[in-house]
Amino acid sequence: MKEFERAGERSLLSLVEHKEAGGKVAGVYCLFAPTELVRAAGAIPVSLCGKKEAPISAAEKTLPPNLCPLIKSSYGYAVTDTCPYFGASDFILGETTCDGKKKMFELMGRIKPLHLMHLPFDADGGQALAFWVQEMIRLKGFLEEQTGRSVEVRELNRQIKLQNEVRKLLWQISRFSRAETVPLSGLDMMTVMETKSSCSDLEAYAVLLRQLIKELEERCAAGVAVHRRGAPRILFTGCPVGTGSEKVLQLIEECGGVIVSMENCTGIKGQDLLVEEDTADPLQALARRYLRIPCSCMTPNEERLNLIRGLVEDYRVQGVVDLTWQCCHTYNVESFVVREFIETRHGLPSLHIETDYSSSDTEQLRTRIEAFLELIA
Amino acid sequence: MSGLESVAGIDIGSRSIELVVFEGTRQIRQMKVPTTYDPLAQCEKLLDGMRVGRVVATGYGRKLFIESLRGIEVSAITEIQAYALGARYLFPEVRTVLDIGGQDTKVILLAPHGRVAKFEMNDRCAAGTGKFLEFMATALQIPLEAFGEFALRSDKRIQINSMCTVFAESEATSLMARGERAENIAMGLHLAIVQRTVGMLRRVGMEPPLVFAGGVAHNPCAGKVLEEQLNISLIIPDHPDMVGAIGAALHGMAGAKERGTRCDRKS
Repeated sequence: MKEFERAGERSLLSLVEHKEAGGKVAGVYCLFAPTELVRAAGAIPVSLCGKKEAPISAAEKTLPPNLCPLIKSSYGYAVTDTCPYFGASDFILGETTCDGKKKMFELMGRIKPLHLMHLPFDADGGQALAFWVQEMIRLKGFLEEQTGRSVEVRELNRQIKLQNEVRKLLWQISRFSRAETVPLSGLDMMTVMETKSSCSDLEAYAVLLRQLIKELEERCAAGVAVHRRGAPRILFTGCPVGTGSEKVLQLIEECGGVIVSMENCTGIKGQDLLVEEDTADPLQALARRYLRIPCSCMTPNEERLNLIRGLVEDYRVQGVVDLTWQCCHTYNVESFVVREFIETRHGLPSLHIETDYSSSDTEQLRTRIEAFLELIA
Repeated sequence: MSGLESVAGIDIGSRSIELVVFEGTRQIRQMKVPTTYDPLAQCEKLLDGMRVGRVVATGYGRKLFIESLRGIEVSAITEIQAYALGARYLFPEVRTVLDIGGQDTKVILLAPHGRVAKFEMNDRCAAGTGKFLEFMATALQIPLEAFGEFALRSDKRIQINSMCTVFAESEATSLMARGERAENIAMGLHLAIVQRTVGMLRRVGMEPPLVFAGGVAHNPCAGKVLEEQLNISLIIPDHPDMVGAIGAALHGMAGAKERGTRCDRKS
């Protein structure tokens, strides 16, 4: 685990080297950013900061206070220049996943060159794929212009394979928690997953993941568990979490639950979706894969329920905690459907939590989470 | 002390602390003190000179309390479980428990066999809780204890739309400026918290009989308006604020020995 905790630092150093050698760095925010394409154009994609409370007050000078903390934190980091990844980025990739973000990106575009990918909000619609392919082509043009390098089909296919390999390894790691004795806590899983979006070298990350798999195999064989016997097995879903915004995750584990799976986009969402390899038109293949991400910004979003169903069954989940960051309308509205699905279809209890990054409601949350776990135990 | 082991339940809430002591199955003591700024000192005062074999704490101060006590067997449960246990002990037929306390409103649905099936709790904001009524009583210069009776002297129903304490005060102020009677404003404020509570009860899928507990159950206007809106009669315990402490003690008697506290703080 130490290796994963140190990965951020190491990644920053290699970004500096990459830039000194004339390479470019792309700042990204979302799972919809096709990192294969970014890498094929010779730029390194890194996830930008947006999970801590600290820069929010600076953001509120410009943005309304009544906005999702993720957007405010992201923008706050940008305007205060306190995110080293933002500092290292030559340009930013944004996506129209929600209204708050797309309007915030207009303001962020004043600070650094910003490319906005327009998402169709319907994964199956007749025109959606064609439109999204056009967006891939538009992004390719932007990247080529920024890096001065053209994207070759061979290189793109190589990056697709590499990224698929990482997805398979992450999926494999998450599967260890199906066991009766869960060998990796939710918080550690979060650290492992978080590293995927800040590492500069995917091959080195894959090596780390393979080492972890070995370690987990040993832990499982020895019956090592990160939880007490009979701890309620919790599926965590909803908005993204990361270092700085892990309070709900942490409370669940402090109060005696064990997170067996994180369905959100900083967790397992999308890791089961691979890009078709070695096609003549890899941009098409990329578009097909990225359009299938079951984000709440999509309508309809049946695929999220399908993913949840699979996780509930495979991981023998006993309760579902659904997190919504304040003012995240799509996840907030979808929470009704998720609750209905969990309670009526699976007969399991669910807890919906709406909060922000501050610690002001920690004790209230502790009471609700503890009572929820009492209800299961 | 007799051969029977005594068990105490202590409910450390935002406004008051309640203590009950059971010896065997008999309740031998019941006390209440204000929480103040030093809840631990108040707890010590309550327990001073008392010989109890076991203490179970509930309420916001439960963690603080069990971390501070040495040389005595202590554990903690949430208010949700405590109110469920306490209400069911007092009224075995209960299916829904409503607890409006100083900072929180909780709605608990019990399964027919008595376990907690589902619950709802307000989020961080204390809108619609005892705190809201307390603040508004102060704004209208009525003692909190008399606020319910005062509201019952209203002669018309006016709607207060704000649930936020600060906004509701501005709304009350503008109503006063228009010459509205204070009794009618007080009734409007009661209606506002009852409407919010009814929403929570509906969300949890309320089943009668409904036990109304917690400090606000002392308020006659809150009870009356709730009965009107729900169109059912409520069960209000003689000492509605003691239900949590009773539940905590019962949990201690049910053999909580091996359970201990489940929520460890990482420091």
